[in-house]
Amino acid sequence: MKKRFEFAKFAPLFALILLFVISSLTSPYFLNFRNITNILRQSSYTGIIGLGLTFVIIGGGIDLSVGSMVALAGGLAVMVLNAAGAGAMAIVWAVLAGLCAGALLGMVNGLIVTKGRIAPFIATLGTMSIFRSLTLYISNAGEFRSANDLYPELGSGYILGLPIPVWIFFLMAVGFHIILNNTRFGRYVCAVGANERVAEYSAIKIDLVKFLTYVLTGLSVAVSAILLSSRLNSLSSSNAGVFYELDAIAAVVIGGTSLSGGAGSVFGTVIGAVILGMINNMLNMVGVSPYLQGTVKGLVIIFAVLAQYKRKSN
Amino acid sequence: MNTPFFEAQGIAKEFSGVPALSGIDLSLSTGEILGVIGENGAGKSTLIKIISGIYQPSAGRLLLDGAPVFMKTPLFAKRLGVSVVPQEFNLIGSLSVFENVFLGGELRKGVLLDKKAMREKTAALLSELGSSVSPGELVDNLSVAQKQLVEIAKAMVHESRLLILDEPTTVLTKEETAVLFTRMRSLKARGVAMIYISHKLAEVREICDRVMVMRDGEKISEDPASDMDEREMARRMVGRELTQIFPEKTVPREAPALEAAGLTSPKGVEDMTFTLHEGEILGVAGLMGSGKTALAETLMGLRQKSAGEVRIKGKEARIRRPKDAVLLNMAYLSEDRQGKGLVLGFDIPQNITLISLKNYCRGLIDKGAERKKAAEYVEAFNIKAASLDIELRRLSGGNQQKVYLSKWMDVSPEILILNEPTRGIDVNAKTEIYRFINSLARSGIACMVISSELEEIIGLCSRALVLREGRIAGEVSGEALNEESIMYLAAGLGAGKGTAQ
Repeated sequence: MKKRFEFAKFAPLFALILLFVISSLTSPYFLNFRNITNILRQSSYTGIIGLGLTFVIIGGGIDLSVGSMVALAGGLAVMVLNAAGAGAMAIVWAVLAGLCAGALLGMVNGLIVTKGRIAPFIATLGTMSIFRSLTLYISNAGEFRSANDLYPELGSGYILGLPIPVWIFFLMAVGFHIILNNTRFGRYVCAVGANERVAEYSAIKIDLVKFLTYVLTGLSVAVSAILLSSRLNSLSSSNAGVFYELDAIAAVVIGGTSLSGGAGSVFGTVIGAVILGMINNMLNMVGVSPYLQGTVKGLVIIFAVLAQYKRKSN
Repeated sequence: MNTPFFEAQGIAKEFSGVPALSGIDLSLSTGEILGVIGENGAGKSTLIKIISGIYQPSAGRLLLDGAPVFMKTPLFAKRLGVSVVPQEFNLIGSLSVFENVFLGGELRKGVLLDKKAMREKTAALLSELGSSVSPGELVDNLSVAQKQLVEIAKAMVHESRLLILDEPTTVLTKEETAVLFTRMRSLKARGVAMIYISHKLAEVREICDRVMVMRDGEKISEDPASDMDEREMARRMVGRELTQIFPEKTVPREAPALEAAGLTSPKGVEDMTFTLHEGEILGVAGLMGSGKTALAETLMGLRQKSAGEVRIKGKEARIRRPKDAVLLNMAYLSEDRQGKGLVLGFDIPQNITLISLKNYCRGLIDKGAERKKAAEYVEAFNIKAASLDIELRRLSGGNQQKVYLSKWMDVSPEILILNEPTRGIDVNAKTEIYRFINSLARSGIACMVISSELEEIIGLCSRALVLREGRIAGEVSGEALNEESIMYLAAGLGAGKGTAQ
């Protein structure tokens, strides 16, 4: 009994290892250190978003607006960066501005869901459209281009051989894991997602808990947006973050967090994000048409949910 | 007596190596009602699930009309005429009665649904059951008793030969139970055999022909119902003589713990005025829908009050949400431990500390302290669990209830409201919970016990409020605290003896 449960818990990890082995057998370049770090870097942008989204989903919600939020929060960060002039201090301002923007946009989602009593799917479908349209309006459908020479360092630099975004991704994952498993807030998120009624009767402020999960997601999105804009030194208002919501949700689900809420794992999401990154990488290496990559990704998502469902019914 | 048409021989079931049932034999003839009693965890539910095709037995076989039969799914069993009226209703509130009755087995005309035929068939089934519910009515609009009849109708869509009723009267009032028994007798007269599972031993004695007692997954005895009184049934279930079920009554103190004056909520509470004293066990009785739960939920801030005031220890209290009530040292054990009380996917410590979690936090949750505290409760309440890490859904009803009670004790309440504290749990656990409530009152905690079991109110409380249609119909205490005067007040048949209103 106990053993089977443990296996289910580690299923995403086994899937990752299996994929790793297959990939390394398929392509001689896969095991290249550079390639591995590239996969991790690619995974970190949607992975970081997935970390926040894990909380929203465990709490019984969903956030479809994260992709548009990347463009809006990232765009605002770049605008502040340019307005603050040259030098390192400008970057600090830009990062703060981006984080504030992300938190604020998360609050908007949280308020609509909790105070407006609108289903999260619909609420964030609405803000997904609003955030994107505001981004296009502010930039006149153009690009947010950074004028700061130091800014790209953040997204493309390395520390101890690993890209900075990967470090941030892993450090945030550890932090979020602790928040989920070792704080009152984390416990409350699980309780609210598992049974809102029980949480209410247990004197938990369910609206506050849900609200905070959206703010946390907003902050994660902001981090991702800053790293992304810094890596490219610019951000396209129409293309940045498009379909990120799908990849982020997929990472969460592949990581074993149930879409119906109540339980989940932050490290699962990390693994989910890396699995997605690895699949993309492998498909590129073996020369599968990029047009078909969406199909493979879709199948993986469906398979992950199916495996989860099977596990539950056992 | 005619020969049995349904038999179970040597049924056994193991769950990952742990035996839940062993060597159960039973047989049923047409028109016979077999009572199955036993404590929670005795294996009653497992047995039913095997008979109705939800589980497959690890050993033994089922025979229908003398031939072995393999119940592969519940639907298959239903087609053979074996169906279950579950304890928790499986109805969809937003669908109409006939849509629920035919759910999963819809009648069709070509590719379209044959709604007319389904309506007619449903109407026929319901009128057979003596119900006047319209087939087109939405299930959400029905009373609990009506919903139950819909469940029975649903069970009987395929000409039922064996109907299994799992704790059918838990949610029913006395009158509704009497009506149900009339229906059961007419089904019996038509040759339908029934298995009746209940914790209410008087009812088992009243309605059943034979009674089978189960304990620890084994069949202890099977006798004609008339050969056993309730005491004997209880003794066999528990395996030892039950001394007094209710402890000696407590004497309330003078100081008021909670005073309500003109308490009103748009959702079912009308102008209620009463006082709950320290160290008192105050009963609250009333029929379904009389405002018992509404009163508790208004006190706890789960429903908003529109008029009146509540004073806690003499001070006016403003309670807008449960958090406010908890801060005033109030606790509320709701009537629905699975729907409102416990997170079934959480383990024991996580459930117990959910309300009091702040006490275990110094920045991060101190999981060691959490587990230590939980272990103390497990010990103190005699909670039977394989380990602390077990998910709550895997515990029996009585043990779940004890965890639920621990959860509220962990906020160290001074006022404790208990709504149906022993619903659906076995005699042993019941006794333990009664003793516990009693000892709390002795230590000065003000307890309010809401119950639809009059026996409980009479045995446990020193005084009781009787509610009717959202109002306090009267108050009974001392000599007047008896079944008759409570029922009089509850049914609105004029004032009972010794009322104070």
